[in-house]
Amino acid sequence: MKRFLLPAFFFALLVVILFVGIQRAPQKTIIPSALIGKSAPSFTLPVLGSTEEFSESAMRGRWYLLNVWGTWCPECLNEHEMLLEIARSEVIPMIGLNWKDEDSAAMSWLSQLGDPYDVVAVDREGEVAIDWGVYGAPETFLVDPCGIVIYKHVGPLNREIWQKQFLARLPSKGSGS
Amino acid sequence: MRRVLTVLLSCLMVFPALAIDPIEMSDPVLQERYRNLSHELRCMQCQNQSIADSPVGLAGDLRREVRQLLEQGKTDQEIRQHMRDRYGDFILFRPEFSPRNAWLWITPILLLLIGLGVAIRIIRQRVTLAPSDPSNPDESGSSGVRDRSV
Repeated sequence: MKRFLLPAFFFALLVVILFVGIQRAPQKTIIPSALIGKSAPSFTLPVLGSTEEFSESAMRGRWYLLNVWGTWCPECLNEHEMLLEIARSEVIPMIGLNWKDEDSAAMSWLSQLGDPYDVVAVDREGEVAIDWGVYGAPETFLVDPCGIVIYKHVGPLNREIWQKQFLARLPSKGSGS
Repeated sequence: MRRVLTVLLSCLMVFPALAIDPIEMSDPVLQERYRNLSHELRCMQCQNQSIADSPVGLAGDLRREVRQLLEQGKTDQEIRQHMRDRYGDFILFRPEFSPRNAWLWITPILLLLIGLGVAIRIIRQRVTLAPSDPSNPDESGSSGVRDRSV
């Protein structure tokens, strides 16, 4: 009987490993950001519909969201209502990063659907997006007052994700703007 | 028949030659390094393709980034690290050793050592058993019974 103990143990181990693998399979397409806990990559980009420029250093000392979007991205349309809701709650300022898009299309999108962003920075060539490790819109980053990336969500936001992953990470009161 | 087959099969060989990325770098040495690097980096949008094989926009942006870094005189290792800092280990098709993936590298060696240990134990048992019963040529058939008695 004793001789079956070791094989049985390894079999049980294999079952556990495979079970965990199957359980986690749906998350396989979501790759954790390499930036978590590191400084947000700096950038200076033109502001949508303006001659001004925006730099992420302007947000130092405040919590903020960076939302990567484009009018070509269907999931961005899906999360837009949620973004408007977040903006209305005035919990935290939201910076838009308009990724590889046309300025005119982006402006008509915002005027038709509503504008949840405090500022929209335009990344036409996608260079800043690479620095931020963006691989698919929409992506939303949470950055703390020291400019450290705290969290990143890939895919459209909904109320549950917003409360569990973002609000829960914010200090309970008096944050943001 | 054979000729027809030859023609048909050679048609198949046309496809790998289709280039997604038509841009050539001025320096053939850089072009070669660029070719190698772009095959080593994963396209994060279509995860089983390299950025050299992927037609999506992000892959094109990453190829441009690689070309720019090469022109700036960065080494291959620096470029890999540059991508890894932004996208994590996952972007490398050949991941490098890090504390997070250490078990991936160590497990095969560990399993090999365990296997070796088991093999040595079994061989030793057989060696010590053999002289005790030299008259019996049917060693393997009854070894299971003997193992238990040891």
